[in-house]
Amino acid sequence: MALSRDQMAIRVARELQDGYYVNLGIGIPTLVANHVPEGMDVMLQSENGLLGMGPFPTEDQVDPDLINAGKQLVTTAKGASIFSSAESFAMIRGGHVDLTVLGAFEVDVNGSIASWMIPGKLIKGMGGAMDLVAGADNIVVMMTHADKYGNSKLLPQCTLPLTGAGCITQVLTDLAYVEIRDGKFHLVERAPGVSVEEIVEKTAGEMVVPDHVPEIQF
Amino acid sequence: MAGFDKVGNTYEEAMAGLEDGMTVIAGGFGICGIPENLINQIKKMGTKELTIISNNCGIDGFGLGVLLEDRQIKKMVSSYVGENKLFEEQLLSGQLEVELTPQGTLAEKMRAAGAGIPAFYTATGYGTDIGKGKDVREFNGRKYILEESIQGDFSIVKAWKADRYGNAIYRNTAMNFNPMAATAGKICVMEVEEIVEPGELDPMYIHTPGIYVDRLIQGTFEKRIEKRTVREG
Repeated sequence: MALSRDQMAIRVARELQDGYYVNLGIGIPTLVANHVPEGMDVMLQSENGLLGMGPFPTEDQVDPDLINAGKQLVTTAKGASIFSSAESFAMIRGGHVDLTVLGAFEVDVNGSIASWMIPGKLIKGMGGAMDLVAGADNIVVMMTHADKYGNSKLLPQCTLPLTGAGCITQVLTDLAYVEIRDGKFHLVERAPGVSVEEIVEKTAGEMVVPDHVPEIQF
Repeated sequence: MAGFDKVGNTYEEAMAGLEDGMTVIAGGFGICGIPENLINQIKKMGTKELTIISNNCGIDGFGLGVLLEDRQIKKMVSSYVGENKLFEEQLLSGQLEVELTPQGTLAEKMRAAGAGIPAFYTATGYGTDIGKGKDVREFNGRKYILEESIQGDFSIVKAWKADRYGNAIYRNTAMNFNPMAATAGKICVMEVEEIVEPGELDPMYIHTPGIYVDRLIQGTFEKRIEKRTVREG
């Protein structure tokens, strides 16, 4: 069966390491914060200028001056720091963030990503996504394997305007964990009960399948 | 008081000299840390054909969104917009021009302008539509695009506290774009929640030194919340 959003978050959370500074994109990636393994210290970076983001406030902690990149009210975690947008993007663009997790519309075999614009629909902007994909070495894209019409989102070449070219190496979908290298997708793990055939069928770009593809364990 | 004293008494004085067609750089992220009274003053003045440089364009009825009501904005340079219906309408009907800019590039464009740097190379946007038509150079095997800095005729910023000389401190994530915006306007107008006497703020904890600030005014702020996410206590 396809992974639930929470199961996807649990799998991505396994990429975390103790002492990591992590930027989680808006949407499904934020769920990763709920699954940081016990005893592991991870600091969340919010691109509006906060390193060490805590949970939503309780009613008596509400502070309109303290929000995250999704404009939600948040709190600061112990050891947090606050800084300007230029400082925040110096961290991002300077490659100081250890792991970046973000959503996407499309990813292709060359590691290009399209995540910000669908022509003909209202264009809201790229926010910090282009900076994040250009600046980070370690990026996990989290998205459904196919769109709601069943069209594959893992393509030979992105069809939508790019967020970044040749910058993605890891993709976790609701069906599989996929690596990108040498201009091909490589199937690494599959969702429990999902066949390799189904994954290959739903992957439009060239996919290399090893002899053994383990199921993601929960 | 004269000399370094930047304090003015009215919002009319604070925004005096703003004219049709000017470029205004505004601090704020979403509606957090926005110079809400300075924006309201621009609305009151009715200045038109403005180019506004700001990460976002407020929401309907609050923040920069109010400048859409009387079509005072000709062009927005932002990283993320469309949290407001009016914005969408004016964009789709061609009344409003938008230049979408990656958020880090936008912050750097302001910072560079304030630091006297006319342009800079960045990897952000290379290989995308944002890089089209821009100079590309390779450094250490990686490709970068040339982005130009943005200076404003005015910059409008919001800080928490400042002394009369304009040495200012921001509060929490209401800092965001404000420190860079403060440096990037030919005239920087800052509004704050509290003005104190010089010497009262610890020099070690000043975020924006007064040299960048031309006019300072104390206001009261609504601080509207865009997304009220609260958990059970």
